Amino acid sequence: MLETETLDVERIRADFPILRRKVRGKRLVYLDNAATTQKPRQVIEALDDYYSRYNSNVHRSVHTLGEEATEAYEASRKKTATFIGATPKELVFVRGTTEATNLVRFAWGEKFVKKGDLVLTTMMEHHSNIVPWQLLCKNKGATLKFVGLNPDCTLDLASFEGLLKEGPRLVAFTHCSNVLGTINDVSALCAKAATAGATTIVDGAQAVPHMAVDVGSLGCDFYAFSGHKMLGPTGIGGLYGRRALLEEMEPFHGGGEMIREVFLDHSTWNDVPYKFEAGTVNIADSIGLGAAVDYLTALGMDKVREHEVRLLKYALSELAKVKGFRHYGPEDPSKKGGVLSFNMADVHPHDLATILDEEGIAIRSGHHCAQPLMRWLDVSATSRASFHVYNSHDDVDALRAGLEKAGAIFRL
Amino acid sequence: MSSADIYRELILDYYRNPRNFGKLERFDIEAHDSNPLCGDEVDMQIKVGPKNSIGEIKFSGKGCAISLASASMLTELAKGKALDWVKDVSKEDVFKMLGNPELGPSRVKCALLGMKVLKTGVYGYLGAHYEDADGSDPMA
Repeated sequence: MLETETLDVERIRADFPILRRKVRGKRLVYLDNAATTQKPRQVIEALDDYYSRYNSNVHRSVHTLGEEATEAYEASRKKTATFIGATPKELVFVRGTTEATNLVRFAWGEKFVKKGDLVLTTMMEHHSNIVPWQLLCKNKGATLKFVGLNPDCTLDLASFEGLLKEGPRLVAFTHCSNVLGTINDVSALCAKAATAGATTIVDGAQAVPHMAVDVGSLGCDFYAFSGHKMLGPTGIGGLYGRRALLEEMEPFHGGGEMIREVFLDHSTWNDVPYKFEAGTVNIADSIGLGAAVDYLTALGMDKVREHEVRLLKYALSELAKVKGFRHYGPEDPSKKGGVLSFNMADVHPHDLATILDEEGIAIRSGHHCAQPLMRWLDVSATSRASFHVYNSHDDVDALRAGLEKAGAIFRL
Repeated sequence: MSSADIYRELILDYYRNPRNFGKLERFDIEAHDSNPLCGDEVDMQIKVGPKNSIGEIKFSGKGCAISLASASMLTELAKGKALDWVKDVSKEDVFKMLGNPELGPSRVKCALLGMKVLKTGVYGYLGAHYEDADGSDPMA
């Protein structure tokens, strides 16, 4: 068995306190990273440090603590923006990907989508990149259409180009599917959409944590991601928006911080990105996200990606040996994120997850917030194992042993 | 308790060969419920028999071994009983029927989905036929 050489997994594992705990008396084998990742001590300490040393509100307090908090908050924005190839003014801090798509729905969609317009999304989307557009279209009298998929679980480009001819106002799609792992060719899709005159929004929730992302070369108008899936805290994420677009958009929430001047009959707005950050922002978790960005940057995103491709390759070959195993997604690990959805004969994913939990193995089971995709796959649910930097070939071996045990219990 | 104990022969047998699975052509009671968390779905239909009893009962749906086996076993238990019996069925009765498996909170919902559907259907029917509750044929 060849341990992956790209990352020093043992050293990385030592940074994650939770990986030392036992679950049901067994070593924790955490394979639910597409749902949320674990946090290194560097992130936990950044949160602790903020609350213990300089907890204060940002932007308006002139005392020492306030200035330190503001400096840390803005430093984190700069790091996070740089991490995805954006400038700080183009990065809005939000709660996560879902809030990011909803922000675009309200602040951009309410202003620019009109009755009779067309919005496109795809059959491989998470509900957070479907439901906001359903709501927008319903409210505006616009139409929502779905780009289809090929049998190999990639996006059907003929369907995409056909729908572009209908002149959509907005095109929404994922960078990397949270179920199939399919990595879409974002720059090619955005270029085609731009030629058709459409604005683009890309769901990067499963991409930013796992591969180098540069929004400039991707050429998208909006790009959304979540901090908690990239070793950061929950409750914080980012929305990149092209500067000119952010400037012409309406605010999202109204309140403090987002205003320049308030009169009795009207108000004027703060500069971007503050126009979209009403109220007291999530200071601690933004700072925690900055620490996560530092951690990933130090590892190197190309190495993170290489590590996951190796794990995927190993997992696909090992798990294929398990009786009844069926994988959903592209078979080529180089075209796929570190997400592996599967089923085992007639064993329901929830039963499988219960059996694996007894072995200390955490996987996800269910519809993964992608019910239209489940229907397309003609399954009610799948099991999903997903990787991150602290996973090793040992974890894949544990998963394989767990699946074999489940097979024995279900007498496959 | 290990998962090998949860997934005993009994549960696997009812999962793979569910008794009373299907649809009734004629029925007086119909109910449906699902678990949004995992997508388990159960439908139940009942044809009321003499003296407000459960004459015929069928269920259909999709889900895990625990939810489907539980729904199936419950239909067998319910068949021929008085509709009023459904009021007294408890969680403990369902757990006992399944062999008292040790289930976490999320899996308990799977085990109880069938009971919830049965109660939803029967309670609705009893409410609608409250004035006939003297034992006479409610459909008369």
